Amino acid sequence: MPMSGEFKEKILAPLMSISTGKDLKFVGKSILRKEGIDKVTGRARYVDDVKTPGALYGKTLRSSIACGRIKKISFAPNIPWDQFTIVDARDVPYNRVLQIESDQPVLCDGVVLHREEPILLIAHEDPGLVETAIRSITVEYEREPGIFNIGEGRILKQYDIEEGDWKKEFAAAEVVFEGEYKTGAQEHVYIETNGFIACWEDECLTVHGSMQCPYYVHKALKYAFKLQDDQINVVQMTTGGGFGGKEDFPSVLAIHAALLAKKSGRTVRLIYDRAEDMASSTKRHPSISKVRTACTKDGILRAIDFSFHIDGGAYITLSPVVLSRGIVHAFGPYKWPAAKLHAQCFFTNSPPYGAFRGFGAPQSLFAIEAHMTALANHLGMDPAELRRRNFIHRGDTMPTGQVVDEDPNMEALLDRALELSDYKTKRARWKRGGGKGISLSTFMHGTGFTGSGEVYLASRVGIATTKDGGAEVRVSSTEIGQGTETVFPQIAAEALGIDISKVSFRRPETKVVPNSGPTVASRTCSVVGKLVERAAGKLKQRLAGADIRQHYAQHGEAYEEVEYVPRPGLVWDDDKYKGSAYGAYSWCVNVAEVTVDPVTAMPRVDTLTATVDVGTIINPVLAHGQMEGGIAQGIGWATCENVVLKEGLMENHHLTNYVIPTSADAARIVVEFMPSPYSEGAFGSKGVGELPMDGPGPAIVSALNDAMEAKFTHLPLLPEEMLK
Amino acid sequence: MKTNVAELQVCSPRSIDEALQQRRDIPGLTPIAGGTEVLVWLNDAKFAGKTYQSLHGLAKDWRYVRANKDGTLGIGALATYSDVRFHPVVKERYPLLVESARVTGALQIQNRGTPVGNIANGSPAADTVPSLLVYDAKLKLKSLRGERLVDLKDFFTGYRRNVMTSDELITEIVLPPPLFMPAQQHYRKVGTREAQAISKVVFAGARSAAGVRLAWGSLAPTTIRALKTEAALQNGADANAAWEILQREIAPIDDIRSTAEYRRKVARNILFEFLNKLANTL
Ligand SMILES: Cc1cc2nc3c(=O)[nH]c(=O)nc-3n(C[C@H](O)[C@H](O)[C@H](O)COP(=O)(O)OP(=O)(O)OC[C@H]3O[C@@H](n4cnc5c(N)ncnc54)[C@H](O)[C@@H]3O)c2cc1C
Repeated sequence: MPMSGEFKEKILAPLMSISTGKDLKFVGKSILRKEGIDKVTGRARYVDDVKTPGALYGKTLRSSIACGRIKKISFAPNIPWDQFTIVDARDVPYNRVLQIESDQPVLCDGVVLHREEPILLIAHEDPGLVETAIRSITVEYEREPGIFNIGEGRILKQYDIEEGDWKKEFAAAEVVFEGEYKTGAQEHVYIETNGFIACWEDECLTVHGSMQCPYYVHKALKYAFKLQDDQINVVQMTTGGGFGGKEDFPSVLAIHAALLAKKSGRTVRLIYDRAEDMASSTKRHPSISKVRTACTKDGILRAIDFSFHIDGGAYITLSPVVLSRGIVHAFGPYKWPAAKLHAQCFFTNSPPYGAFRGFGAPQSLFAIEAHMTALANHLGMDPAELRRRNFIHRGDTMPTGQVVDEDPNMEALLDRALELSDYKTKRARWKRGGGKGISLSTFMHGTGFTGSGEVYLASRVGIATTKDGGAEVRVSSTEIGQGTETVFPQIAAEALGIDISKVSFRRPETKVVPNSGPTVASRTCSVVGKLVERAAGKLKQRLAGADIRQHYAQHGEAYEEVEYVPRPGLVWDDDKYKGSAYGAYSWCVNVAEVTVDPVTAMPRVDTLTATVDVGTIINPVLAHGQMEGGIAQGIGWATCENVVLKEGLMENHHLTNYVIPTSADAARIVVEFMPSPYSEGAFGSKGVGELPMDGPGPAIVSALNDAMEAKFTHLPLLPEEMLK
Repeated sequence: MKTNVAELQVCSPRSIDEALQQRRDIPGLTPIAGGTEVLVWLNDAKFAGKTYQSLHGLAKDWRYVRANKDGTLGIGALATYSDVRFHPVVKERYPLLVESARVTGALQIQNRGTPVGNIANGSPAADTVPSLLVYDAKLKLKSLRGERLVDLKDFFTGYRRNVMTSDELITEIVLPPPLFMPAQQHYRKVGTREAQAISKVVFAGARSAAGVRLAWGSLAPTTIRALKTEAALQNGADANAAWEILQREIAPIDDIRSTAEYRRKVARNILFEFLNKLANTL
């Protein structure tokens, strides 16, 4: 595939020359994505591209009520039902989807707890007939009133964390300031919808699909079908984005496809269209936070009382850990002598909410950051100055009890962001209510699973020599657009001391690759990458300088596998919910500049500046891609992505009416990396995937408040609310 | 695609006569021009129609933008937004049309979709219709019974209803010679975002010696000309008085994209913005 000279010269060359300046050959270089050409030329095969002659097309019948009982299901006589495979709850060996808990049925067994809940599965060779058939089934219900507001239903999960004598601090405080902050749901809109193809052969099940976490799917299939590990192979196809939306949800879909395949004895395709995907799949948890802070007149923070409430939807799925990440980020990058943190997740009759880039942290960070700016305004202080006076430093203790053992360097990030955006001049020049605003957010994001999560995962990574004198990385961490397939070979090539072109990435399938854990939580490059680095180091040792090609010819494949070892001194107490929540944090400052159209109150984010410490940058172009994409997603969440809920269902489950930013809406995004390497991350890297989602929301809403002389405390903030 | 396409029938006429015969003989035949509306309905199974007529084969007859000797402009039924937008005569004489085609969807839609499809579809949010209303567009409707010319402002009879009979097709949009100076024309699309957006409010306005024209979308069951407000302005009404009258000519609603209240406020602001612009170009 030839590239135009201009593209090479003007775009590629400058990017390729960015490097961290270290004496490394591949790490820190903008190596072209290994799977990039296949993607842009259409050669890459997504699950829907797989040809399956003779396969059946599956479809899901879903509930049209949010809460109640199924009385009767009738099949209209115009359809040749005897040609169809029809699956219901009775066909599931064990009717439970295993996630953290296993409360969610694979198919409704009489009781409906949310709109679009799967009731029946049908399949037929003719995809058109399947569409007609699904509309020829009617379900009669006995309705019951549902619960749709946070706080009204049962508690799904709760955490309480206390540090210091917060009661005394509040009683003695010079200033006490409080506010309530709300965030809306958000739909992922990954470019490829969810889909799976399943087939059985001799009691063994193979599923091909779009997913982030092959071993989660494996675990859920094993549980629902009561199988042994080696009876299942989960194969990841080229995956068009995930953002968390393909963390938990694909398990449900894979079981459905496998059920139809089992009953029919045929290969079954179950691939959602956009409307079904948007209506039935998980979204970001809506949240309500109440924040109360005590400080001195000079703005020195003394105590925080944070109450964090989120909507979990009808089943548990991943909500407990979303709640957990949310609350352990709620205090922001500040030093608090005392704190009271309270978090609750509630059941409602919404489709279950699930993982979405940031995993609860964008919600709680929105609250604390919007609060910090409001507090600064209350004190008559520059919001940048208030933050500067309170940043956390090495040796300080977080409200979780974690002693910071790295240099957050928030002052440096802040100074640089203010300088890059010319914050001072603009803030002075743009008068409040004048249609232009500039504001900021300062925040952190923990790398990897929260608390003891990484220890439980005990991730494994393998690397093998290949016949042609190279090496193959074997992990279950997936390429979902973020660059795993490129950065892992970079890390392995560096550690092995061989050329990057000789290192390949094995497409994840559970029969072949070890379980390196899920592709989530900003853990892949840093945490799993470190294991790649170690495995490659081990392999290098074993080869002891031998030529790989010759070694392979003599001894066959040489394979090394390593397992995660917890960082010494990193302790987390699951019962008290205290300790070191993360091995390292990434740190960031955002400055948002906005303009509001006086006629329509349509906001425009003109520039978003981010200064970032995510440790060593493995691949600058890909790291910029993470930052820019995450910031664009944050802009969408703040300004236009409005999930309209009706009985818990996303009413606007179409691309026509769920408005995400287009390239024409994208801000000028300025990103500058200021790395401080992390010893336990691959070549010093920390998490970059989720961090960019955290900051734009509060910075933009605060800037809009300045532009409009208003005091909004929620997002998305729509023109309908801003226009006076 | 939620529609079972195997249940559909599509006729593909090769000539205008054949097309018109099919329209006379086959009931319920839905024309397809660019298909950028029709395919969305089919994808969603939102439309019960089972028989379609693809006009694709008539491109040689109907895909044109033609400046006539008498000063009028003809836009054929299959001319796309891009054909219109980049046409030198349109660029010179009909800036509102260029602007409204430019903000319709994005390039992909502009290369397929047609202004005639935009009109026939009858959406109150149609972005080119206000511009065409300002320019006093007329539509040529043709059937085997003959041809008639209808004023665009009289074409719509209600929400997605119009005066066309089932045997007719729109063959051309006819624009009279332009009346307005470029500086006295104004277009505003208030969408949900910068591109690929459905209008919450859309406006086209212009003034000449002959009077003021105000056309609006998304404020009533159809796109409208605000004839009473136009008359009041003609008689010297100021901005506030004009707004009083306009308020009674519009009937905005709450829907999934916006609210009646917002639409009302934006309509007021746009009216003021337009009148201000006129005042500054005197
Ligand atoms: C992504 C996307 C973005 C869009 N953005 C916009 C936008 O910004 N603004 C906007 O106004 N619209 C927008 N649309 C809607 C659509 O593109 C326009 O309405 C377009 O003008 C339709 O033209 P078409 O030729 O594709 O019509 P078709 O889909 O072919 O037909 C539309 C209707 O017109 C009828 N019809 C077509 N030709 C004739 C004829 N000659 N005689 C009689 N009836 C006829 C059809 O039967 C049908 O009812 C968008 C659509 C999409 C999918």
